[in-house]
Amino acid sequence: MDDTLPTTLIVNGERVTRNVAARQHLSDFLRDELGLTGSHTACEHGVCGACTVRVDGAIVRGCLMLAVQANGRKVDTIEGLSDSGEIADLQEAFHRRNALQCGFCTPGMLMAAQDLLTSQPEATREEVREHLSGNLCRCTGYQAIVDAVEDVLGSRRRGRK
Amino acid sequence: MKAPSFSYARPGSLSGVFELLERHGDRARVLAGGQSLLASLNLRLSAPELLVDIACVPGLTGITVAGDKVRIGALTTHRQIERSPEVARHLPLLAQAVRNVACAAIRNVGTFGGSIALADPAAEYPACAVALDATFVLAGRAAERRVRAREFFRGLYETALRPGELLIAGEFPVSGDGYRSVFLELARRRGDYAMVGIAAHARTAGGRISDARLAFLAVSGTPVLAVRAAAALEGRPPDARTVAAAQAALGDELEAPADLYASRATKLHLARVLLGRALGALAR
Amino acid sequence: MNARAELPLHAPGATTDKGYIGQSVPRPNARRLLQGRGAYVDDLRFARLAHVVFFRSPYAHARLKRLDLSKAARQPGVIAAFDGRAVAEYCKPWVGVLGHLKGIKSPPQFAIAIERACCQGEAVAAVVAETRAQGEDALQHVEADWEELPVVTDMEEALAGKVVIHADLGDNVCFTRGLDTGGVDEAFAKADVIVEETYEFGRHTGVTLEGRSILADYNAAEHTLTVYHSTQAPHMMQDVFSRHLGIPEANVRVICKDVGGSFGIKVHVYPDEMATAAISVMLRRPVKFIADRLESFLTDIHAREHKARVRIACTREGEILAFDLWDLTAIGPYSVYPRTSGIEGNQVVNLTGGPYKHQQYRAQMNVVFTNKNVTCQYRAVGHPIAVALTEGIVDLAAEKLGIDPAEFRRKNLIPDSAYPYTFPSGIKFEKLSHHQSLDRLLELMSYKELREEQRALRDKSIYRGIGLAAMIEVTNPSPAFYGVGGARISAQDGATLRLEPTGMVTCIASVTEQGQGTEGAMAQIAASAVGVALDKVRVITGDTGVTPYGGGTWASRGAGIGGEAVLQAGRALRSNILEVAAHILHADRAELDIVGGEVVNRLTLESRLPLVELGRVAYFRPDTLPLKFQSELTVTRHYTPREYGFTFTNGIQACLVEVDVETGFVKLLKHWCVEDCGTIINPMLVDEQIRGGVVQGIGAALYEECLYSAEGQLLNGSLADYLVPMSAEMPDIIVAHIETPPRQSDLGAKGAGEAGTAGAPGAVMNAINDALRPFKARVAAQPFTPQRVLQALGKV
Repeated sequence: MDDTLPTTLIVNGERVTRNVAARQHLSDFLRDELGLTGSHTACEHGVCGACTVRVDGAIVRGCLMLAVQANGRKVDTIEGLSDSGEIADLQEAFHRRNALQCGFCTPGMLMAAQDLLTSQPEATREEVREHLSGNLCRCTGYQAIVDAVEDVLGSRRRGRK
Repeated sequence: MKAPSFSYARPGSLSGVFELLERHGDRARVLAGGQSLLASLNLRLSAPELLVDIACVPGLTGITVAGDKVRIGALTTHRQIERSPEVARHLPLLAQAVRNVACAAIRNVGTFGGSIALADPAAEYPACAVALDATFVLAGRAAERRVRAREFFRGLYETALRPGELLIAGEFPVSGDGYRSVFLELARRRGDYAMVGIAAHARTAGGRISDARLAFLAVSGTPVLAVRAAAALEGRPPDARTVAAAQAALGDELEAPADLYASRATKLHLARVLLGRALGALAR
Repeated sequence: MNARAELPLHAPGATTDKGYIGQSVPRPNARRLLQGRGAYVDDLRFARLAHVVFFRSPYAHARLKRLDLSKAARQPGVIAAFDGRAVAEYCKPWVGVLGHLKGIKSPPQFAIAIERACCQGEAVAAVVAETRAQGEDALQHVEADWEELPVVTDMEEALAGKVVIHADLGDNVCFTRGLDTGGVDEAFAKADVIVEETYEFGRHTGVTLEGRSILADYNAAEHTLTVYHSTQAPHMMQDVFSRHLGIPEANVRVICKDVGGSFGIKVHVYPDEMATAAISVMLRRPVKFIADRLESFLTDIHAREHKARVRIACTREGEILAFDLWDLTAIGPYSVYPRTSGIEGNQVVNLTGGPYKHQQYRAQMNVVFTNKNVTCQYRAVGHPIAVALTEGIVDLAAEKLGIDPAEFRRKNLIPDSAYPYTFPSGIKFEKLSHHQSLDRLLELMSYKELREEQRALRDKSIYRGIGLAAMIEVTNPSPAFYGVGGARISAQDGATLRLEPTGMVTCIASVTEQGQGTEGAMAQIAASAVGVALDKVRVITGDTGVTPYGGGTWASRGAGIGGEAVLQAGRALRSNILEVAAHILHADRAELDIVGGEVVNRLTLESRLPLVELGRVAYFRPDTLPLKFQSELTVTRHYTPREYGFTFTNGIQACLVEVDVETGFVKLLKHWCVEDCGTIINPMLVDEQIRGGVVQGIGAALYEECLYSAEGQLLNGSLADYLVPMSAEMPDIIVAHIETPPRQSDLGAKGAGEAGTAGAPGAVMNAINDALRPFKARVAAQPFTPQRVLQALGKV
């Protein structure tokens, strides 16, 4: 039988405690135990980025972190970022630019984009493309995503001035 | 695919780690950042009985400069290396190399020690460590020992680590006066493992190259220090003839086994091109 | 005369108010996806849900001598384990052939193979468990003894037929087609210039980010099966589940919620999905199967493994006289059900040379079985092959004749005034715009300036290349595509529009949404046709229990066919609403119109009656209406294209690359596409379809290939080893349009979803070869890896 460990996390600001199988990765934990199905699993070997979430403020691959490793840490998912309004401008830009089609990569893509927006506010178009290179989108061809991120880079820069 | 079942422990001290490793032997695996280990478990490529997470062991994280050495703790993440002013100042080779490691989400979690201990032949740090003649600090239950990077990588995913030992840090000599570094790799897509790469470090004075350390990645089971190529350069300006001689020498020292997308001939050709470009950049 | 309501939108001289049609409005359904609040199959939660996993053949061809599931069945969490015979009791096998593909043959295929596996990954057992992880654990305990059988992986060996995979079929030829207009040998005899090349195309696959997903829920009390399915064709699957599981069609409901990418991958019948449905019946509980990434690479249909030799004959002046094609393609061990695996090769024959005006054409095409995974229709079926070999050979001819490639195309493209036009392969074009498109492209990309820049940079040893690729594309297929061959695949689609009491409009359409924006486009058409604001329209798709009957979304048919049904339903609803209004207002119906959700005076636009008030009266106070009058505020309309077999579109792409001639790396600098999809409903959505399609085409050209060993083992079946395009390497893609609406429909929309994928590989290839021209080197085998470029240059 699976070895389970009591695990407590702060997920989207809410404390949750579960007995978690050691082998369960964070994405499955969020999806199956908490019903937070916004983070997707599409490869489970760390390549596609669809499972990207934030742990203690840094983006990570949800499929490459065990839920038990996240014990005691703060996890933010797309649902949390949506409800807090933190990425409302980014979501709006994605919507306006049609920077998503099937939407399966979108939560992870938004996580990666928000990470860039906060860590490299002066990023160039090329740097946007580089930063998003860990997230596979099979639908858009990326250009609309890059355009949307550039829009928000610009609007946030203007907002700060 | 889901990982096979295993147990998990997160000891709070080195002695706790050693105890578990001793008790479980080769059925235990050390979990650092887990960016390669968890992927391989999800693919069911291995089935350990226990993962020993070393995240809570104190003293394994951070970059410190002491005298002429830069010490990088095993749990230091790629992201910390990327952002470290000490690395930028003293280890420009590593600073260039880290930009080629995967993507932001993986750089946030993946560790220096994990990369070294896994010893993927296409990884960046092992080649840098060989080029810079770094030393790894290996801790065991009884004692610590130091192994030069050049002796650490033994074969494909094989290292000098003994059962029950843990790699806790790397020690790099600070880049000396007059030395320059160039890291170049060819990857099909940004962040991919390299088809071929070179970590080059040499003294460049008066237009001449000396003490060149040319470590190649992805051309063998381990990083390869191209000593014959370096000998062909010693004390010379990197003019066309010298570069050609160094490139020619690579044929004798790079095994360059074929992979999915490149034959031995292609790999060797690309290694030569990279060497030429690295020498050009060193001399610039 | 009310122009907006009655005329075709593209009627000449009409000052038609198109409403939202032609506007780049964001799609309403994207909001839930942006918040991670979509509902993909794996997001659904069910009580007593069981997970099925499959024990798959490790060999490309092997006889299963012994299979013991007893140990697996005893593992923790395991509910049941089944072999092929057990599942076959509940699910009849199928044969992937169609009547109009003369002579096509294929063996019966079972949901779970019995006794023999014919490719790596073919399932021979199913294990059902409480969790996916437990199911996978139990798979380790399945005991199987195999006897390896001879393997055929090479296409030409398959054709030669020394080893025959299915002895009952006599040889390895699934399908063959020849075509000859006559006069080809004569044309070559009198030609001044003949060029010939052999092109190879790597087998690749769709890589939908969401793997194939199905959750089947059998209700034993009602003998009903509800299937939540990530599919493009819910009604087709309803029919298939019904016939093969022996459940009356009315008792099968297929529900398709959010779909995480499809690209043709999710329009086929997959054995493991059929087994999942059967097992739900067997176990009388909900059962789920989600293909993980490794299963996706092994078992999602592959496509495009072709080797094609093409020759063309030209005059000294640069006129193309004839095309001569020989094509060979391998499809794995089975022709895929129900569309068959003969269509791709068939399209290559139909489309090769398609943009040009030569009259002589000969083709011979063979489709053979091999012991690799099956291939079938993936985005742009056959087009990328036909376009690349046509445009590659055209460039080669232009080079040999010393004519600029753009100029050579201008000489040979079918004139814009020549329509309707029948191409030598028999396909008919209603109206295309090759010359307008070429002119627009050359202007858009500043062709002359680029050529000058290219020359200047060559002097600095920078090797840039410009590649062009003209194309035609099959869209809006009529029943001639599948129906005439006996496939129960609908070529017609329908839409139901209902005015709600609140003045909202509900639009229920049989075409489906997989991210293209179908629902957004349908909302735009509905809002425009009825006369309400876009946010007053709700669109429902993807439920056979709810929507009109239809084919779904594939072959670039959603907008053109589904959209026309919505337009006609919208006009009918509008007319019915005005009738109600006329009664309420005691006005002449002809004086009234609907604008912005209100009934208005048609001439003065003065508001007369908000729809919310009309709805209140019609639904809650019909007693106030004339006794003999019954309002009809729900209408359904259908549409089938019939005048032409297909509504062809055309376009042309260009690619600018820089080749590093030392490393063989190709850097994509920019890409352009001009295409003509008729009436554009939403320019932004169309542009995004083109861009996404171009990038999939670039994937084929530069990165993607399912590599197999000689023993039939897939060598790169993970996302780490199979390379798909990522953002850093992709260029910006400039898109422009010509609008030539077909007269067949009032909407005048043609498909746009596959054009990018169809043309991009040819454009990339021509660009690389243009860059390599100073070295007299060229590539012809996709994908154009650094190694292949270096080999062309003679460096390795």
